[in-house]
Amino acid sequence: MQEQIITILADATGRDAADFSDPSQNLFESGLLDSMATVSLLLGLQDAFDVQVPVSEFDRSQWDTIEKIEERVKELQNA
Amino acid sequence: MLEWISNLPNYSAYGTPVYFIYLLLAILPLGIGLYFGKRFSWYEALISFIFIFLMFDGSSWQQGISLIGYVIYQTLLVMIYHRYRQKNNSSGVFYLAAALSILPIVIVKLSPAMLGHNSLLGFLGISYLTFRAVGTVIETRDGMIKEISPWKFIRFILFMPTITSGPIDRYRRFEKDYKKVPTKEEYLNLVNTGFFYLFLGFLYKFVIGYFFGQRFYPFFERAALADPSFPSWNLIGVMYTYGFYLFFDFAGYSLFAVAISYFMGVRTPMNFKQPFKSKNIKEFWNRWHISLSFWFRDYIFMRFVFLATKKRWFKNRNALSSTAYMLNMLLMGFWHGITWYYILYGFLHGLALVANDWWLHFKRKKLKNLPHNKFTTGVAIFVTFNFVMFTFLIFSGFLDTYLFK
Repeated sequence: MQEQIITILADATGRDAADFSDPSQNLFESGLLDSMATVSLLLGLQDAFDVQVPVSEFDRSQWDTIEKIEERVKELQNA
Repeated sequence: MLEWISNLPNYSAYGTPVYFIYLLLAILPLGIGLYFGKRFSWYEALISFIFIFLMFDGSSWQQGISLIGYVIYQTLLVMIYHRYRQKNNSSGVFYLAAALSILPIVIVKLSPAMLGHNSLLGFLGISYLTFRAVGTVIETRDGMIKEISPWKFIRFILFMPTITSGPIDRYRRFEKDYKKVPTKEEYLNLVNTGFFYLFLGFLYKFVIGYFFGQRFYPFFERAALADPSFPSWNLIGVMYTYGFYLFFDFAGYSLFAVAISYFMGVRTPMNFKQPFKSKNIKEFWNRWHISLSFWFRDYIFMRFVFLATKKRWFKNRNALSSTAYMLNMLLMGFWHGITWYYILYGFLHGLALVANDWWLHFKRKKLKNLPHNKFTTGVAIFVTFNFVMFTFLIFSGFLDTYLFK
């Protein structure tokens, strides 16, 4: 799943997958993710994993690393 | 009939040092309760009512009447929409509810430009109540607010420490805090931090803000108006002194609001985080008037981008982000008021966000060898700071007098 998330992130930010090699790196603080890219990320996750994330549910501190994104997606899939 | 109210004394929020003594004395029983793990809701309601009454009585009594009407209107609207949303979810009804929720502020903001006088519907703090109410409608639409009652909603939008000028909290965050009484240790930490913020606020608002607002700014203002050449050194003086006044006054006020909230066991979000050390304009908006800029980010920018991407309104990503930035900041400009200088302020910040994105992209692709060191960081902070100060000069409205009157 992590690889797929990295592909979605690279696509959403217009960066290389290599920029996302550290799964515990804070994506907002490092400047990789901004509001624009976040929306692409959410839509990408929606398509790839069939999970719905309302924008008002999006709490940055819960989604700021690749590890956390993976956790959230799994939670939503099991919900 | 209401003559007697207009003769009562009026105490604006955090206006004088004595106000803090009254306020802290009134909160003390609440604090003792919280220390022992109890939240005295009825007592809190009582002192909130008294302090809000004192803000809107005397010469401001008409605003008080408008406030009561406004709260009844928004409460009815939120409750009706919440009830509807339990069974249905049509976009049309959502847009209608959102439009009705912003209707009063639209009338209030348009009145001076259209009618030439202030609307009777207005009162100090209407903007901040509107942000809270509209946010509640939007989160109800998303199905995130499961449970709400008129009493809970009123408690939220009228939360006394933040009623007139924010910070802007969110319903779900506020409720979560309110329901859970902090532990003894947590509460002592809140009180401790609260006192630090309170004294920092005194320094900001009553010392530094006072000197910039009452001494330095008027000095440059008089000098600039006496010799209205363009550009002039005095105008530059006006620019920096106004910018610092704006920051220290507003940040000081926000620190009071956060401190008093903490004493009441509510973690109202912070509004400023050392904005003048921002390295670019995007970072600036993560540090300046944070509760407002995040409100716009979450409810305007992100939702617009989400909708536009889903409906494929734009072929080009940059066109989408630029449109979203401009929309977001222009709306913020209009919200400040319908005058050329507020709108230009929003426009320039929108443009700066677009340019900032372009520059970051360009730097990453074409200037890979550009060094990253103390000097380049210094240049970035310098450029951002001066751009911001220039936009505050526009925001101040001083140029309207200086250039056209």
